[in-house]
Amino acid sequence: MDQRASLIETAPAAERPVLVRLPPHLTALFPGAERLVALDAASVAGMVDALEARWPGMRDRLCDSTPAIRRHINVFVGGRRATLETRLAPGTDVFVITAISGG
Amino acid sequence: MTKKVLLLIGTRKGAFIAESDAGRRSWELRGPFCETWPMNHVVADPMTGVIYAGGGNEWFGPAVWKSEDFGRSWTHSSNGLAYEAGETPIKAVWSLATGREALYAGVDPAGLFRSEDGGETWTHVEGLQKHPSRPEWNPGGAGLILHSLVLDPADPDSIWVGISAAGVFHSADGGATWEARNRGTRADYMPEGQNYPEFGQCVHCVVMAPGRPNRLYQQNHCGMYRSDDGGVTWQSIEKGLPSSFGFPAAAHPRDPETSYLIPLNGDISGRFMPNARAAVWRTRDGGSTWEALRRGLPQEGAYFNVLRQAMATDRLEPAGVYFGTNSGALFASADEGEEWACIAQYLPTITSVETVVVAS
Repeated sequence: MDQRASLIETAPAAERPVLVRLPPHLTALFPGAERLVALDAASVAGMVDALEARWPGMRDRLCDSTPAIRRHINVFVGGRRATLETRLAPGTDVFVITAISGG
Repeated sequence: MTKKVLLLIGTRKGAFIAESDAGRRSWELRGPFCETWPMNHVVADPMTGVIYAGGGNEWFGPAVWKSEDFGRSWTHSSNGLAYEAGETPIKAVWSLATGREALYAGVDPAGLFRSEDGGETWTHVEGLQKHPSRPEWNPGGAGLILHSLVLDPADPDSIWVGISAAGVFHSADGGATWEARNRGTRADYMPEGQNYPEFGQCVHCVVMAPGRPNRLYQQNHCGMYRSDDGGVTWQSIEKGLPSSFGFPAAAHPRDPETSYLIPLNGDISGRFMPNARAAVWRTRDGGSTWEALRRGLPQEGAYFNVLRQAMATDRLEPAGVYFGTNSGALFASADEGEEWACIAQYLPTITSVETVVVAS
């Protein structure tokens, strides 16, 4: 059983956690942070709340004070760019990816 | 007690630290730190040796990084380092200053933040944004940045800030209320007859003379200036310099009459060293006369510039003087600018240089 399966597929469908993949240069900023995280959240905003609870300060790295997901951070849900309002069904795969940026 | 000097170097790709003994003949360079985030300003609390680095990352936003072990390990925080919801978010931290009672951070877009717990949490000093001129502040080439942050060592309520391109402002009450302090500084880019506005000057750097808090030196986009009344009035000190344009200024650690500037060849001529020959210019008489210090600096092909926070002095005797270039070279003098040596090159663009002297 791979890591994803072990985190998600043992639970009943309605209780499955959201599975979030975080970029390495984000997790490098938070000692102990994991690249693959299973958490309970009904929206992207709830996902950010859950990440902040585990690793205080992570909200400020992902979101600005608008509040909104930062301009060069992309959160993909179901293959589409999400906003903080995007709903997350149980068992959803979420990809947090840094955009092409910098110089 | 033996001492060592740390040069704290902010670059476009992280912070670096160069270290030497008090002789300052050989340097050991460490870094890059702060996960190679762009770091606009790196400072140390002279009492504790704690290092703070302020910057911002295109992906992850602004933060102040902190090291309590001379750079070996770092943490970061931006807790409270934010404007109200709906306002333009902060892009980056641009300047830091350690005071007796608080740590201050200047940010882009221009604003001031204060931390009383060593950079763990921050509070917006809202009074600056409430200045009636705020709606008319316009950004300079690097953005609407609060880059110069000067604290009065004798009065923790007295704060000067330099904002590009809004000018110099002073608070006498810890940041609650502010006053524009630009009288006598030019704005050559304004129409004829409007060249001395109350605010809107493109200040590049403000530093305080030692032991004399009312004496300030200023490098402006349009001239070099000295004030002897805390910035209420400014006198031009550019006579004898090769141009009126440059970015950094540095004060001597003990002599209020001595300061250093690095004039460039002008704002529309490439902003290089004049005639491609590098020089630091020193005054020993408060800006009445200037001398070029060139020994050891490249005297041909020097097409670099030195950014606004990239020159500093140290507190040793004789004083060390240091500057870093946009092309990633770091120059040092251990004798007040008489002789120079290149102590690092091929670094990323150097945005800031500061020093701290600690027990070794």
